[in-house]
This record gives sequence, C-alpha cells and structure tokens, in this order.
Amino acid sequence: MSLDQTSTPAAPLDGNAAAGLLQEVFVFDATSATVTCGGCGATAQVGSAVLYGGAMGTVLRCAHCDTPVLRLARTPTGLWLDMQGARSLMIPNDPQA
Amino acid sequence: MRETDTALADRPRLQWRTAEVVRVIDETPRVRSLVLSVPGWPAHRAGQHVDVRLTAADGYQAQRSYSIASAPEAPQLTLTVERIDDGEVSPYLATEARAGDRFEVRGPIGGYFVWTAALGGPLLLIAGGSGIAPLMAMLRHRAVAASDVPSVLIYSSRTFADIIYREELDRMAALSDGPRVFHTLTRQQPAGWSGGARRIDREMLAEVAIAPGRHPRAFVCGPTSLVEQAARSLLALGHTANRIKTERFGPTGA
Amino acid sequence: MQDPPIARGFRGKRPPPTANDRIPPGQHLTHDFPVLSAGPTPTLRLESWSFALQAGGALLGKWSWSEFEALPQTQVKVDIHCVTTWSKLDTTWQGVTIDTLLEVAGISEPPQPYAMLHCDGGYTTNVPVADLLAGKAMIATRYEGKPMSPEHGGPARLLVPHLYFWKSAKWVRRLRFIEHDEPGFWESLGYHLYGDPWREQRYAGD
Repeated sequence: MSLDQTSTPAAPLDGNAAAGLLQEVFVFDATSATVTCGGCGATAQVGSAVLYGGAMGTVLRCAHCDTPVLRLARTPTGLWLDMQGARSLMIPNDPQA
Repeated sequence: MRETDTALADRPRLQWRTAEVVRVIDETPRVRSLVLSVPGWPAHRAGQHVDVRLTAADGYQAQRSYSIASAPEAPQLTLTVERIDDGEVSPYLATEARAGDRFEVRGPIGGYFVWTAALGGPLLLIAGGSGIAPLMAMLRHRAVAASDVPSVLIYSSRTFADIIYREELDRMAALSDGPRVFHTLTRQQPAGWSGGARRIDREMLAEVAIAPGRHPRAFVCGPTSLVEQAARSLLALGHTANRIKTERFGPTGA
Repeated sequence: MQDPPIARGFRGKRPPPTANDRIPPGQHLTHDFPVLSAGPTPTLRLESWSFALQAGGALLGKWSWSEFEALPQTQVKVDIHCVTTWSKLDTTWQGVTIDTLLEVAGISEPPQPYAMLHCDGGYTTNVPVADLLAGKAMIATRYEGKPMSPEHGGPARLLVPHLYFWKSAKWVRRLRFIEHDEPGFWESLGYHLYGDPWREQRYAGD
C-alpha cells in the first residue's frame, strides 16, 4: 500500500491511506464517514479525500476545491487535530451502505 | 442512548498484534507473499489493509501499510509485498523474512475501499502492479462466498513474469462463474501475446470494462498515475463518481 | 505492556549520525532534495503572478513577474534544515532579498514586528520581521541556477534558511505585516512558532 520510497515527489494519496492514524483518534471508521466541505459544500467520504503532508503531518483536502477538511500532526506531547475546514461529519451506522 | 449509539464505540480499537510468518510464496522476481499467523486477529473485509511494524534489536522501529491479499474467510492472513530497492521495510519483508520470523501488525484498517459479496455488483476491478493485492482479496472472497456477481479484472503489469497471482487468476477465469480477466503488459510482451500491450487508457476500458449502463462498483488500485488515469477514463465513459473507489499506492514518508 | 517482538535480521535504514558542525542536532545529511507538500502543486502562468507587501488594509508594494525579475538580484549559498530531520548543505539560490523589497517599496521601518506569508493554495507561515532582514531572507526564484520547479516552490518561494525549512514557504505571494505573532499552517497544528534548528525547536513547547 505505501510504496517504500524515501525521496520521491510527494504524489497525493487517498484519505484511505490515513485510515490507520484516524483509527487511533476516532472510535468509528473515519474513512467511511461523510464530510461536508466547509469551503464548497461538497460531500464525500473521508477515504476519497486527497491526502498530503507526508512526514510533516496528515492533510486531507476536498477533492473538489482543495480546502483542507482535516489536518493532523503528531508531536512528542500529543496529537493535534484541526477540522475547521469540515462543516460537518456524518458517521453512518452501517459503513457498508 | 439508543442501541445504535453504543454500537459505534463497540468497534475494536486498533492494537498491535504479533504476526508470525508461516510460509513465504515467491509470486514474481520482485514480489513475495507472506502467510501470517496472527493470534486474536479480528475479522477483516476484502480491501482493508494493515500497518506492519518492524522492531530492530536495538529498539528502532519502522512502520508501513500493506493491503491484505487473503480473503476474509481464509484461516491465515496473507500480505503481498513488492520489493522497493531503496525502501526500508519492503526489502526486509520481500526478501529476508522467512517462516518463524515475527513482527507486529495492526488492523484491519479502512472501511472505505472495501467489497463484500453482499454489496453485489457488477464488480469492476482495475489494478496496476502490486495494486492487485486488495483486489485479489475481493476476488478470493468472491470465490469462497460462491458469489455469481459478474466481475471483470483489468490488470496492468510490466512484463509477463511480473504478473502476480497469474496462475490463480487463470484458474479463476476458467470457472463458469469466474471473473473475466484482461491483462495488459506495458513494457514487454511474449511472442503470440493476445492481451493488451500498453498502459490502461480510455479506449481499452471502453472495450473491456463493464459498461457504465450496468452500474458496476469499480475499485482501482495501483500507482497514482495509473489510478488517476483510470478514474478519469471511467468518468469520461459515463461511470458515476460515487461508484468508483480508488486506492493509490505511494510513499507515505511515515 | 509486552515488549514488541524483534524482527530477526531487520536493521532499518537509519541515517548515520553526522558529526559535522554544520548539521544541527537531530539532523542527518542528505544529498537528495525531498519534496514535502501540504497540498497540490499550484499551476500558475507567470503573467498572473504577483508578489505584494501589505500591512493592515494597505498595499505597500506589489510587483508583477517582469517587475520582480528587474529588481536587484542576490545569490546565496546556504544550508537548509527540514524538521523531518534531513539537512542539505551548500544549496544555491537566487532571488530578491526582503531588504531590497522594503527599500524599493520605500519602507524604511517595517510597520509591524511580525510577518505572515501567504501562498497559492492557502499555505501560511509566520516569521518575525527581524528574521527576514539583514540579508537573512529572500523571495527566491532560482535554485541551482535554474528557474525553480513547481514541485520545489516555483515560480517563487520564501527562503529563510536559518529557520526550519517549513518556514521557507513555497508558492509565496504576499507578505503581510502583523502586530502580534500568529501561528501559520503548521504552527497552528503543533509545530514551533519560531523554529530554530540549532535549538531544535521543532514542536510547540520545545
């Protein structure tokens, strides 16, 4: 899944690649949750958002307008989470629906 | 609190579990599958992945994610790893690890890029290189579940020798309810080759993929460039975005 | 908690500690130039590019690409240090120093003590103005003698090499003078407000 390369251009991945980290933060499966973008109002599953940040942190951006809907950085003292770019999050009871 | 409210918190939190290599399978010159025994492994769904963590003797750790290639019904967990030459974890897993070796896995992870037979189809799978791994979990699950959901796999590899799971795919395709498998080889084709001979593009998908009018569930996995091209092509052919799920393999720098 | 199992034969790819007084603590030398991005690489026609100095609601200076290229240019050879632990020595850049921009704009005294840099794509970073003056920083347009590639921040990025490299903001477009230090993109997510590699100021609280 994560090609094991050390110095290539940071091609974006899907939000699904952040699933492990998100699963440390949220009790539900965040990648199946639907986020409403605070920038453009588009709704999409978190797993389909575009992932940037690399070793600095996790930045999930709306696939339509690039607004960061979720940002995460791990520091020695704790994990910082910023979701001001997300207007709302809908966590389905059945993620398979 | 209603029942469904507590159900959210019931999902198992991620924890590191010890995995022991049971056996290794050399799939191609660069790709090896590791069959793992993971005591306490919770059920997974086809398409999910795990985090693998290696600990060196002095405590140094490195972690990467790998798709689960085995069906949820299989008794052991299989990961399929391509050796990346300047990688840190994949050279160890793809060339060094042998039966009896132990490391840690955490998962299953991801509910987004997942297919179960109950979801139905038709099922359109598009893979590049080692991106076949999570899609193989879906096809293996489909076989075990004796599902007759129509399914097509379009699989891009560099050369004939690089086709991962080639013989198993041939066997699956030969069954009456099996998937239709279309291979394309981008770098070199053997004499008498009748499959594709170029990168996956819109024309190829128009010819061999399930038609958009049948509303297939599409899963695309592989290097970013292949995934983006395939997703764009599917949209251009008339597939709807909410029926296309992508998983791009790439460096996470973690 | 049980100790994790040791993976037999795994050594990892730890970069060797570099004993070199040009490498700050916790860093290792690289000969690559890794690209880290918080967002997509903006594509921009040079005719649409501009760089502006602002304070409050006032525009203090603005240059189009051709005007910017006509400004006095400076070349530097500097070491750069990324918070993700790689350091690269003797990198060469060309651009316009912040000192030159203030001079050309007729600003003898910076109107405020801090600056926020704004970039295409929305990235921001904060730097004290004192760390941008006296030759310490420039808006760079060339790397290794060639126009800067988009993935490395082209057409122009801030270069402030005495701070961790996340402060050398790619795709920079505006410098806004501000009264109080405010956290930019990474600083608001736990990274250090100032970012001195020699004091290993990577994260807030360091």
